[in-house]
Amino acid sequence: MDIIAQYGDIIVILACVFGFFMAWGVGANDVANAMGTSVGSRALTLKQAIMIAIIFEFLGAYLAGGAVTATIRKGIIDPNLLAGNPELLVFGMLSALLAAGIWLLVATHFGWPVSTTHSIVGAIVGFAAVGISVDAVNWGKVTKIVASWIVSPVTAGLIAFFLFRSVQRLVLDTDNPFKNAKKYIPGYTFLVGFMVAMVTFTKGLKHVGLDFTWTESALASLGIAVVVMLIGMQMQKRITPDPEADRDHHFASVEKLFGILMMFTACAMAFAHGSNDVANAVGPLAAVVGVISAGGEVAQKTAMPVWILLLGGAGIVAGLIMYGHKVIATVGSNITELTPSRGFAATLAAATTVVFASGTGLPISTTHTLVGAVLGVGLARGMAALNMRIVGTIFVSWVVTLPAGAGLAIVFFFMFKGMFS
Amino acid sequence: MVSSNNPFLQMFARSPFKPMQEHIAKAQECAIELVPFFEAVMADDWDKAKIIQQKIAVLEGDADAMKKEIRQNLPKSIFLPVPRTDLLEVLRMQDKIANRAKDISGVMLGRKMSVPGIIQSDMTEYVRVALATSEQALTALNELDELVNSGFGGHEINVIEKMIDKLDALEHRTDEHERAIRAKLFSIEKELPPIDVMFLYQVITQIGDLADRAQQVGSRLQLLVAR
Repeated sequence: MDIIAQYGDIIVILACVFGFFMAWGVGANDVANAMGTSVGSRALTLKQAIMIAIIFEFLGAYLAGGAVTATIRKGIIDPNLLAGNPELLVFGMLSALLAAGIWLLVATHFGWPVSTTHSIVGAIVGFAAVGISVDAVNWGKVTKIVASWIVSPVTAGLIAFFLFRSVQRLVLDTDNPFKNAKKYIPGYTFLVGFMVAMVTFTKGLKHVGLDFTWTESALASLGIAVVVMLIGMQMQKRITPDPEADRDHHFASVEKLFGILMMFTACAMAFAHGSNDVANAVGPLAAVVGVISAGGEVAQKTAMPVWILLLGGAGIVAGLIMYGHKVIATVGSNITELTPSRGFAATLAAATTVVFASGTGLPISTTHTLVGAVLGVGLARGMAALNMRIVGTIFVSWVVTLPAGAGLAIVFFFMFKGMFS
Repeated sequence: MVSSNNPFLQMFARSPFKPMQEHIAKAQECAIELVPFFEAVMADDWDKAKIIQQKIAVLEGDADAMKKEIRQNLPKSIFLPVPRTDLLEVLRMQDKIANRAKDISGVMLGRKMSVPGIIQSDMTEYVRVALATSEQALTALNELDELVNSGFGGHEINVIEKMIDKLDALEHRTDEHERAIRAKLFSIEKELPPIDVMFLYQVITQIGDLADRAQQVGSRLQLLVAR
């Protein structure tokens, strides 16, 4: 108790700095995979992609980031066990942030496959199980989270498979693909708008002061989806078949139409990514602030202050502007095989999966979900060549990142404990 | 800081389809040199024939290198929308077109073979039809990227099958020309040096074989796209 009264301010400032640093890292590195698909398929220029990422990452983090943040904040650890020692939770969350942040720096430097989500979850489980007690970990919840890491790529893959099959059936494999593309793409655009709006309305807007019922949400989402679709149709009008380009490659004009669709799925992807990954940075911060503002109360019945999500969103945007654009450019220039008709199927599938995980409060890896989605398109015979060693890489990233995050967090935990007491 | 180990980037392997098209284009570029080569041979211009033969050999070498490059980029861990073995089989057949062109020009230059006047026009026509066959194989292969883009849709498969039908017809015509030219050579063979005649028959067989390989590119392609 004394520690919290004595060092409260310093600890909150430290947590803010660490949290912002993590969010910065998410913006600098993780956003690239979410946005690179659109740049690689040339649906967006680099500048457009960054603008979209800035706006929608922030909106996603702010509007739909609450549930996953809550999971990181108080879902993994059982707060009741810590009622007597609130400072342990504070130290633990600080060390988790520091551990995950440093591990990400080290791993990226050496080019090891890592996921922000896995680092932070590993770190929290690590400090709680070793630093406090094995019972402090809510193993049921952790099992659910780990299961979601397997379920999410598979789900995204299935959605992508059927999305691409429908594109084949309705557009690509028809007598007049261009005409059919114009006819059916608005439907997909509608789907994108509806999906994002629905999750935002049902899960996200409470802390902004809007509380809709399910029916109200559905109606509002329908409205937004129609608006989005109309915008898309307006943009489509400008595209006419280009016989010159089509002679060389029959699908050149059709792909241009899918490029417009891809702009919308890119927005959805950025939104989804912001809504899930902001929690990795601000979840621990929220836990620290919760304990300290309650004067050492661990139960944390109070709602999370909104400024925490804003800070996370700002951190992501800062990382994106300062460094992320370079990474997006690199990723984009390396995945040119993903044409808009494929890119849209993969991103929409991944975005849908991630947004629903965000709504349910499950922290998942956006990159792994995207990988699953692209594999799904591949299974529908949509990709020219995919490297299947990727599956092994993902497995390695789990096996390596979880213990590394945990180990570092344990070290920092005892360090903080020694420093402050 | 962008790592080559980024799992997302890692999963995108290089597409073999464009290189496959470039390879058969190279093979055809090599085979088509047989036209000026035969012109030079029939004009008894062996200096020119030698230059062309060298060009054929260089092009064949290029095609060979491309073939190896494609194979190297197709390890077993690569997931393709078509069976990998079928694709490699198409590639093997494509490469044979260039090989045959080199064999034909090689033996003719080496033995300074002359084509008897009475079969010269037949020979020119025969070579032309054989090369039209390989040209058609190239045309069919050029649909491959469209096929990939359509996600192996039935429409594109139909387009390719029509092209393969035309390819078969051309190969048939090559066969007819082969029979005709053999018959003509048979009627005059006693007046010619026996060993020269033997090699002439061999060249005729190899020209037919070139068209045959082109047809096999088509049939392997058909297997490749079949569901």
